[in-house]
Amino acid sequence: MSVNAELQGHTYPPSPAYAVGREKIREFALAVKATHPVHLDVDAARAAGHADLVAPPTFAVVIAQRAEAAYIQDPASGIDFSRVVHADERFTHHRAIVAGDEIVATVSVDRARAVGTGGMVTTRTELADAAGEPVATVLSTLLVRGED
Amino acid sequence: MAVDIAGLEVGQELASTTVRLNRADLVRYAGASGDTNPIHWNDRFAAEVGLPGVIAHGMLTMGAAVQLVTEWAGDPTAIVDYQTRFAAMVPVPDPAGSNPAEADGAELAVVATVGKLDAAAGTVRVDLTVTLDGEKVLTKAQAVVRGAAA
Repeated sequence: MSVNAELQGHTYPPSPAYAVGREKIREFALAVKATHPVHLDVDAARAAGHADLVAPPTFAVVIAQRAEAAYIQDPASGIDFSRVVHADERFTHHRAIVAGDEIVATVSVDRARAVGTGGMVTTRTELADAAGEPVATVLSTLLVRGED
Repeated sequence: MAVDIAGLEVGQELASTTVRLNRADLVRYAGASGDTNPIHWNDRFAAEVGLPGVIAHGMLTMGAAVQLVTEWAGDPTAIVDYQTRFAAMVPVPDPAGSNPAEADGAELAVVATVGKLDAAAGTVRVDLTVTLDGEKVLTKAQAVVRGAAA
């Protein structure tokens, strides 16, 4: 098996909406040791001008990785997930993610290159809110190790 | 509360900290993120796929390191862009006789410096150096922070 380069440029259908919850934001903040009050205290978040608790800077990965599964687990992708190594990640925030958001993720394959029995893939996941306005862009590159 | 770009110089060190990750931190991140890959919690599986043992999620290292930028900026939403490359694994020890929820775990040194100033955009690029025993585990770890309006 090797990465299917023909999927480069392909965009998958939008994911079902992800409902961003307060307790999920608190749980994620605790897990990444993020202690700013806007992640944990609703009053503090509102005092800072936000509608509700604010997600930490890398929270978008929770939503993006669920959506990326549409591609990674697509039998046509040629990706053996047990041989995947995370190479790089980038978040561009168009606005803060807050509790109460309903976020739809759309995954595109920006790059799919076969190298031997493995390869390298870059996905671009666009996160948008219920009004269709952009929330964040997540770029993720995975290296698929070839078989020995 | 916003960062004042005008007073900064490229290369200036802004802050530093130490982040410790033990086995309980990995389990907590696995649950919170949904990334339940067993290489992050099961030694036997990690060894069978050729790893030195259980390793931290790259995204945990990335997510924990940026807290230093949040503290310096005073506002997590000022971080408009954040990227990194994952350069090296972070093995997380499980010493005999220790409680994995209280062990020191892997100790990451995190240093934030000014990488670039963009006066027109009103942003500062904060470069993070994240090392384990002197070896860089993240490279090109860059957080773009929006400053106070001029």
